[in-house]
Amino acid sequence: MENSFLIKTKDLVKIYSIGWKKLAALDHVSLNFAKAEFTGVVGPSGSGKTTLLNIIGSLDVPTEGSAEVLGKKVEDLSNRQAAVLRNHSIGFIFQTFNLLPVYTVYENVEFPLLLLGLSADERKQKVIKALEWVDLVDRAKSKPAQLSGGECQRVAIARAVVKKPAIILADEPTANLDAENSHNILRTMEELNRELKTTFIFATHDEKVIRYVRRKITLVDGKVTKDEAMNPTKAEGIGQ
Amino acid sequence: MIKFLFKGLLRDRSRSLFPILTVFLGVLLTVVFYGWIQGALTNMIDANARFSTGHVKVMSRAYAKEVDQIPNDLAFIGVEKLTQDLRQQYPGLIWVSRIKFGGLLDIPDEQGETRDQGPVAGMAVDLFSAETREWDILNLADALVRGRLPEKKGEILIGEKYALQLNVEPGETATLISSTMYGSMAMANFTVAGTIRFGVTAMDRGAMIADISDIRAALNMEDAAGEILGLFNDFVYRDERAEEIKAAFNAGYAKDNDEFLPVMDTLPGQSGMADYLKLVGSMSVTVLVIYIIAMSIVLWNAGLMGSLRRYGEIGVRLAMGETKGHLYRSLISESLMVGFIGSVLGTAVGLAITYFLQEKGINISGMMKNASILFSDVMRARITPAIFFIGFLPGMMATFLGTSISGIGVYKRKTANLMKELEA
Ligand SMILES: Nc1ncnc2c1ncn2[C@@H]1O[C@H](COP(=O)(O)OP(=O)(O)O)[C@@H](O)[C@H]1O
Ligand SMILES: [Mg+2]
Repeated sequence: MENSFLIKTKDLVKIYSIGWKKLAALDHVSLNFAKAEFTGVVGPSGSGKTTLLNIIGSLDVPTEGSAEVLGKKVEDLSNRQAAVLRNHSIGFIFQTFNLLPVYTVYENVEFPLLLLGLSADERKQKVIKALEWVDLVDRAKSKPAQLSGGECQRVAIARAVVKKPAIILADEPTANLDAENSHNILRTMEELNRELKTTFIFATHDEKVIRYVRRKITLVDGKVTKDEAMNPTKAEGIGQ
Repeated sequence: MIKFLFKGLLRDRSRSLFPILTVFLGVLLTVVFYGWIQGALTNMIDANARFSTGHVKVMSRAYAKEVDQIPNDLAFIGVEKLTQDLRQQYPGLIWVSRIKFGGLLDIPDEQGETRDQGPVAGMAVDLFSAETREWDILNLADALVRGRLPEKKGEILIGEKYALQLNVEPGETATLISSTMYGSMAMANFTVAGTIRFGVTAMDRGAMIADISDIRAALNMEDAAGEILGLFNDFVYRDERAEEIKAAFNAGYAKDNDEFLPVMDTLPGQSGMADYLKLVGSMSVTVLVIYIIAMSIVLWNAGLMGSLRRYGEIGVRLAMGETKGHLYRSLISESLMVGFIGSVLGTAVGLAITYFLQEKGINISGMMKNASILFSDVMRARITPAIFFIGFLPGMMATFLGTSISGIGVYKRKTANLMKELEA
């Protein structure tokens, strides 16, 4: 079943040089991710979570080792090829939402489809669908500034899933949200994961998130110290 | 995508308003400046043509060499025949003979003694022949201030200011004291029919307009004239045609060395006009280039500020898989929209102002007190076909240049840092 993995990293090493000091942000990380996974990467701040997502997301290249995403070796891609890979297959969700402030909710979600060159009809259909998933159809015409943080993050999720990418990478998606919104977001993502079979990988140190994941990878100082299957708690209505 | 960018522009004022305003102002200034220069040139050419140089002018070779001294002793004889020939050969032009003369104007009292006296700069033109066009060329009817226009021989017009200096009223007698073509003293009595003001300061200083046959009689210049002016029928100067006529005319006399044979020159060729026109031309080019550079720098900075402000947006777009080339081109597209809007508005408003300045004019006689160039005191702008793109193209160009340079930052952005930057 080796070939069914969407993402394979082998002895991934990322070294940052700060002056004469060298720092291994990732230290021989070998991990595989299958289709439809719902995985959390946890670990203290500075343990290399973001660096890992960066490389999987083809935003950065490893110093050593290899990362294969959807059959493509990230370290071998040109800038342009990396952009195409991201455009077609990877959705990003950020801690700070990063919506485009001058555009409406609808237009923010529509943007990735414009980049893909879809027709107006196709775009409309997909955007409405995505807004339905995150339950924001009635806010389609609002601007980001008129939305709450939770709503913004739901728009960001819609924007990430609207093109139905194979992989969604979320870096600390709940760090700027309160408990209720965090749960809300996670339930939405879990549903999408089940319905669309999208692979979700979170970098987080938020306990609330960890309760939902089905696999938990622990990083410490750039090394994988634990990789365990989880039995996600259904956290219906649970606060902090 | 274009629609998407356009929406962004409309909604984000700082993305559109400042750059549009910059382009707008730059284009506006360029258009008005250009219209103004064109107006000034037209004004200068027109005033010179009517009062002094014609569009082309024929003089004797000797006269032409010392034209500034009005050397009537070097005027040519046989003007009648030459004028007829010119009229026949170049019917597209109006041909008129003129004599310029200097001297004293003496105003006698009742006893015939000198009451007032002053130096005069006179011009003798054909006032009374059937085919004369001088009334149109000099616009005499409009220039009249007091009295009436000359109706018969012996009547002259003098400048209004000059009349006030000499205390002379229309209807009074004035005696011209000058010298004949052959150097002896000449005196002739005239009646001042009226006073005039051309609105050309250099012309109105000590001006006297007399009929050419009177002056011929007074100065012993039978069938002679200092100069024959040719003006295009519609009074619009055409450089190429004028040069053609000049070349053809002068070729006809090329073989002979006689100093009293006629020679033709064009308007720009006379009394340093060509240098002046060239200077104005290169001045406008310089100003235009400076405008473009200045506008580009301002817009470049606006672009830099914009990309700082839009750092997050650009980051997300890169993360979402927009290629750098695409993003760069979209910034350029935006700037072209900005350039287009600003340039259209700037040209439109600039044209409106130019039109106003063309119809209304501004009186600059105060600045012309000591000027020796012929220049109408009311300065007007002028709309020429070039004015429609003289601001427009630089406006587009400056936005394009400014954004092309500032947008290079997109290429310098490292995707590896996007996540961290976007988290901040
Ligand atoms: N661009 C960089 N230059 C130098 N050091 C970096 C850079 N990015 C990350 N690091 C370092 O690499 C380590 C891992 O960082 P990161 O992946 O952001 O950790 P996490 O997301 O788990 O907090 C940290 O020690 C961090 O300081
Ligand atoms: Mg991090």
